[in-house]
Amino acid sequence: MTGWIDAVIQGVLLGGLYALFAAGLSLMFGVMRLVNLAHGDLIVLAAFAILVIATKLGLDPFIAVLVAMPILFVLGYALQHVLLNRTLGRDLLPPLLVTFGLSIIIQNGLLQLFSADSQRLRSGAIETASIPLGGGIAVGVVPLLTLLSAIAVIVLLKFIFYRTPIGRAFRATSDDLEIAQLMGVDHRRIFAVAMGLAFVVIAIAALYLGLRANFDPTIGPARLLYAFEAVIIGGLGSFWGTLAGGIVLGLAQTFGARIDPEWQILAGHLAFLAVLVVRPRGLFPRVQD
Amino acid sequence: MDDSAAKPTQTFHIETAGGASRIAAPIAILIVLVLALLPMVAGRTLIQDFIFLFYLLALAQCWNLLAGYAGLISVGQQVFVGLGGYLLFALTLIGGLNPLLAIPLAGVISALFALPTALIVFRLRGAYFAIGTWVVAEVYRLVFAQIKPLGGGTGTSLTPSVTSSVPGIEWVKALLDVRTPAARDIVSYWIALSLVLATLAGVYFILRSRRGLALGAIRDQEGAASGLGVDIYRIKLAVYVATAAMTGMIGALIYLQKARISPDAAFSVLDWTAYVIFIVVIGGIGTMEGPVIGAIIFYLMQRYLADFGAWYLILLGTIGILIMLFAPRGLWGLILNWRDVTIFPIRRRLAIRAVPKKRA
Repeated sequence: MTGWIDAVIQGVLLGGLYALFAAGLSLMFGVMRLVNLAHGDLIVLAAFAILVIATKLGLDPFIAVLVAMPILFVLGYALQHVLLNRTLGRDLLPPLLVTFGLSIIIQNGLLQLFSADSQRLRSGAIETASIPLGGGIAVGVVPLLTLLSAIAVIVLLKFIFYRTPIGRAFRATSDDLEIAQLMGVDHRRIFAVAMGLAFVVIAIAALYLGLRANFDPTIGPARLLYAFEAVIIGGLGSFWGTLAGGIVLGLAQTFGARIDPEWQILAGHLAFLAVLVVRPRGLFPRVQD
Repeated sequence: MDDSAAKPTQTFHIETAGGASRIAAPIAILIVLVLALLPMVAGRTLIQDFIFLFYLLALAQCWNLLAGYAGLISVGQQVFVGLGGYLLFALTLIGGLNPLLAIPLAGVISALFALPTALIVFRLRGAYFAIGTWVVAEVYRLVFAQIKPLGGGTGTSLTPSVTSSVPGIEWVKALLDVRTPAARDIVSYWIALSLVLATLAGVYFILRSRRGLALGAIRDQEGAASGLGVDIYRIKLAVYVATAAMTGMIGALIYLQKARISPDAAFSVLDWTAYVIFIVVIGGIGTMEGPVIGAIIFYLMQRYLADFGAWYLILLGTIGILIMLFAPRGLWGLILNWRDVTIFPIRRRLAIRAVPKKRA
């Protein structure tokens, strides 16, 4: 019994990580209806950026991510402005294929720069610290911080969306691009800002990816699938749904792993397909697409 | 009485073939003949290269039908390559069937698997469909990694008794005076050539049929096609299942030739989907000629640049992005802009001619 209670706790905490992966994807979809196939590779790219900053400047990863955030914001802004804005339109194919191409470029670029070796972000004692809950169950500090960060990111995104002028512009372009343009919204700049913001979220996701486990240049696509599954399970367009979706996925994977360690990933995918069959619009749908 | 108003002054009819396609037909027959007789003179490396080119062309035609015509942009077609490959191994190693029989059977079973798969992934639209198909491919990969009789996660090999039981090997050995491995390659080459021709013919006849007209309409404007009475869901389902069957057969053939299978290789998104997408996009999506051009270009790049490893893949990604941004209809689209030619007569155009006036 303790084993299953432990699995529930670990599953929810793992869900925090998946919610962080998914929040960036959800933001991009929410504002510019972009489905970014390079999302997972961008998370891995950000993890390498934090690694380089941390080792070159001798910083703790928690400080290095603060340095990485503005750099990644500019990178995201530029990516949207120079490349992705050109692909938006009625046709589905250009954004999909351009981000698919980006995914291959990022993966192989990282392979070329950093080789296929596994890397990890090192942050001293906090990595292994845990809080005992009694009954032989303990909660790792880093997994707990991951979940709290995911909640903080979602609260912040909701604040930006519903309480700030730029958030109003996000919602306006998302609801009706043409009317927003008529009202004087420069959608290209709005999209670029949204992408910059998504990259900041990606930086936070990358920090915990690197702290919780090893990473190498090839693991991006799997992270994209987890992020995507969390978004769909939760329901498109709902930030809290994304958190719930991440947690459902985390629970499914942890339960699967308890039955047989080889079934962890498979159990997550099957849970996703099951949700798709039972509730194709996700658990907490908001927008129709 | 003046009845000229009632008489039509123009006639209308539908044309498909153009000048180029009439010239193309005899040239195509000649090319097929040359390709069929190639093993008589060509070395083993060239034969293997051509087998590779044929697979890619066949896979590209399937993906093009799916994405270019039916609007089903899948990044999970590796699922049917892997499934077909594994079915070949299961049917020959465990079922004891002859490989030549196992290939079409793998196609049929792939189609049977495609149907329930489609019912799930079709719940996702557009870009979400793309990632959904990728998840499904991962599910199949992870499941096959659990099947111990087929080697589990590390995979397995075909026994020599299976690989040499393909009919015709002894005949080729005697006829061309070659050793068994070379004879195996030559037989595989002929099977691959037949399969690519069958795929081209299959895609051609689908596109020339009533269904093909509906598919072209979906490609050009899905909403309008639906408004004119095209049953979008049924046609998309039919195309998904048909391409699954074709892709499954190609997968079976690929792994008959490779004789060794593992889940990671058989369900590789890079090998069986990314390359294929690149071929279709660079050649020109939504045309039959595009994938042919794309496959030849990709083959040449693979032959001369693949040694550069990661840099080669970065180059492929960059070219793909540039084509998508600046020439979204691909190289064949650029040729069409310059001159209106058709090699595969699948486009229907309205031909209008004036009726010569009769003198009273």
